[in-house]
Amino acid sequence: MPVGDLAPELAVLLTSVAVLLLAMALPQRRHGWCAALAAAGLAAAMVIAWIQAGALPEPRLTFSGTFALDGATSWARLAIPGAALLCTGLAPRWFATDRRHGEFYAMLLFSTLGAMAVAGAADLMQLVMGILLSSVTGYVLVAYHRDWAISLEAGMKYFLVGALANALLVIGVVFVMGMAGSTDYAVLEGALPDAPLATAGLGLVLLGLFFKLGAVPAHSWVPDVAEGAPVPAAAFVTVIPKFAGAVALYRLVALAPETPALPMLVALVAAATMTLGNLSALWQEDLRRLIGWSSVSQTGYALMAVAVAGATPTALPALLAFMTVYGLANLLAFAVVAQLRGRTEIAAYRGMLRARPGAVIALSLAFLSLVGIPPLAGFLGKFVLFSAALEAGYGWLVLVAVANTVLSLVYYLRVIGPAVFAPAPEAAGTLGGTAVETLGGTARAMLWLACALLLATTLLWAPAWTLAPATLLP
Amino acid sequence: MLTSAVLIPLAAALLLALAPLGREAARWTATGAALLSLLVLVAVWAGGGEGFRAEAEIPWVPSLGIAWRVGVDGMSLALSLMAAALFVAAGAWPMKLESPRAYYAWMAFLAGVSIGLFVTLDLIVFYVFFDLSLVGMYFLIGRWGHGEAQHAALKFFVYTLAGSLLILIGLITLALHMPELSFDMRAMIDSPPLAATGTLPGLVLLAFVIGFGIKTPLFPFHTWLPPAHVDAPGPASAILAGVLLKMGTYGLIRIPLQMMPGTFARWALPLAVLAVISILWGSIVAFAQENLKRRIAYTSVNHMGYAVLGIAVAGSALGTETARDLALTGAIVEMVAHGLITGALFLIAGAIWERAGDYHLPRFGGLAGPAPRLTAAATLAAFASLGLPGLAGFVAELQIFVGTFGVYPWLAAIGLLGLLVTAALFLRMLRQAFFGELPEARKGFADLTRAETAILGALLALVVLIGIWPAWLLALIDAASLLPAGAAGG
Repeated sequence: MPVGDLAPELAVLLTSVAVLLLAMALPQRRHGWCAALAAAGLAAAMVIAWIQAGALPEPRLTFSGTFALDGATSWARLAIPGAALLCTGLAPRWFATDRRHGEFYAMLLFSTLGAMAVAGAADLMQLVMGILLSSVTGYVLVAYHRDWAISLEAGMKYFLVGALANALLVIGVVFVMGMAGSTDYAVLEGALPDAPLATAGLGLVLLGLFFKLGAVPAHSWVPDVAEGAPVPAAAFVTVIPKFAGAVALYRLVALAPETPALPMLVALVAAATMTLGNLSALWQEDLRRLIGWSSVSQTGYALMAVAVAGATPTALPALLAFMTVYGLANLLAFAVVAQLRGRTEIAAYRGMLRARPGAVIALSLAFLSLVGIPPLAGFLGKFVLFSAALEAGYGWLVLVAVANTVLSLVYYLRVIGPAVFAPAPEAAGTLGGTAVETLGGTARAMLWLACALLLATTLLWAPAWTLAPATLLP
Repeated sequence: MLTSAVLIPLAAALLLALAPLGREAARWTATGAALLSLLVLVAVWAGGGEGFRAEAEIPWVPSLGIAWRVGVDGMSLALSLMAAALFVAAGAWPMKLESPRAYYAWMAFLAGVSIGLFVTLDLIVFYVFFDLSLVGMYFLIGRWGHGEAQHAALKFFVYTLAGSLLILIGLITLALHMPELSFDMRAMIDSPPLAATGTLPGLVLLAFVIGFGIKTPLFPFHTWLPPAHVDAPGPASAILAGVLLKMGTYGLIRIPLQMMPGTFARWALPLAVLAVISILWGSIVAFAQENLKRRIAYTSVNHMGYAVLGIAVAGSALGTETARDLALTGAIVEMVAHGLITGALFLIAGAIWERAGDYHLPRFGGLAGPAPRLTAAATLAAFASLGLPGLAGFVAELQIFVGTFGVYPWLAAIGLLGLLVTAALFLRMLRQAFFGELPEARKGFADLTRAETAILGALLALVVLIGIWPAWLLALIDAASLLPAGAAGG
């Protein structure tokens, strides 16, 4: 087992340790350096992953069959650190007044590592390890505003739901291991015993992953976290663990291709998740909560690809592509909130176009992409998702998704409409007589980077789609 | 060649979004871009040819069969010419508005998107433009409309997005049934991908009919239209009625009629019935409106009903081939004529709003005195809209009804009632607004300016030209080539 196989993960791990040590040594006003180091480490991980993906002769397992080196892992190794990089960029100015934010970057890196481990897991024990690492660090990230009650409440809710879900996950793994005699995906594939206990175990494992994904019934943490967590952490938690969880869920569902109940269960969860997320988002008055609920509904769409796993060769590329463009748009939306210093009341966005045109245009692009208005990236994601589901014969699920997309347009326009249309007879840069403060610095850079990536995806779609892996390893 | 007709207005929109131009410069940038597109399209027309011409293809996502494909046949060339001409008129129309640069940027954007929709030969690019037209119109209505503009814009966007997503499902299903995944319209027209039997083709057709029916709008999916029109600024209404509604009927011909002719023929009668209901409903409800713009808006439901009736007859696979050809020719002429006539009517309504700030007909009267040019233009447009012989509307409606009599005689008889009501409502509108006593509040009502007269004159001259000498338009459309040879397959 060559250690080099896990070089991207090791790069993240070593960087996080280095960031931790650096944060101890640096005075508070220089903690921004930790962000630079973390960003460098994440970029290095991406470069290594890119080289390794190019050099990978054929998919294989490594580390005694616990870690899959296949196309999905390669994609995740680029997407997860990339998204984490954007979140890191949002943080330095956001935490400028925090007494200790150097450790935030270390936590963020550990959480990224956990997500990467989840995405590559080819063994249930490895999956548990990854999920626990990503969860435990996630709680800290969410509650990082230590003297703001709402942040602590969000962290507490995340922790309570997470602790329950993770405990059930471990129990589920024990059931499966007890009945099948192994936790290794290569052994489990197509050989899950048809015993109630094994099925129940699999169900509990799925539940654990639904928590990571923010899917019904383990979704309740998402809006609270989106509202209460520091914006960089909210952006992180609603994108990165979800991506990893989606890949892991896909791997798990692909293990039992002969169980017709499993795709149906995932399809029902998908329908429930998107509908609940959209209905709840409809009348939110708080932009961050709205983005949180919208991210729940987007999880529902993504689950469509999981439901058709194995039924069509485009299911996996559709899942990876959709999660990537969703992540990009969601990060962009949070980047706008961060750039506007966490301004979160929807009413406070009235007439914002005159005050901060750039931010409103970016937010509109993010939301229209989340709706799936072509030719933005989100459309291409939904297009491949719908194609895969239709190809597999899930026409009803596509209809539900279409109805939900129309519904989602209403609440996105509830934000964009007043922001663009309300007349603001004031000088540029002010709203309601007061100046609209922005964060600037790296947060602004990340905002425009995410915006550029979102727009570039339209043109980069063809090469990315041909690179997307069609099959999984185990 | 055609690509440049799409890109010029889009580039103008980008320029307007970024460069700090003044009001007049912005207005002429948008108008000039539309005019250039029009010239490009005229050049393509002058080049002549049969079937699809001026074709070009640039790959986009080859593995999914998506590419930037452009090319026009007679129908799409006629419609894109009409659209470009209407955008020139709407752009040049003098407006007093705030942030004019953004307004003209959206206008130019819509021009590029609308022309793109008519000239593309790729279903996904078609869908892209179909949705982008919603985005452009949403911002135009919401920002520069009056009254409940935001609400109307939201309703318009949500309603039509629902339709467009249904169309997307249909498009994907069609493409998945191709021998090789492809969104090339020509390939699908040549070999319809779905067999005519079973439930699936019926469901796909239903998705298309609802989707395009919302955009057209066809009864009972028309309820978004009146508020969107009433609250939109005049030129935006002209574009909405003149160009955007045509996307629905164009899609109906291009996709279900041409790509699944067998299924279309099975369901042609229900569609024709729906069209007749639209004709009657649109005219009767329009008759009852006291709001000038709302009345014109409902006549759109009525006129698009004629177009859909023609399309349904053309796809019915019943009667003689001549009858079906006539009906389809009539439907396409109706689309062009309605674009020009209703475009002119909405510009007139915009001129009245600009001067009076009111649409309520009973508060008007006697405008013929102070505003003779406006009265003349409105009278001519109204007569064209009610189908007076010698004007464009007559050419269209005559052919539709002659064709329908050959296939569904009883439906044609019922549909004729719509013509009567339309005539009554336009005559009543003219009387209420322009004749009789001039109310005190309307004293000092200004006539059309020179620019407004020139624009309306040009549009109405086209209407008269089509009315008295339609041969050039009929030769361009060449409807016989659009119809499937037999009702084989699909």
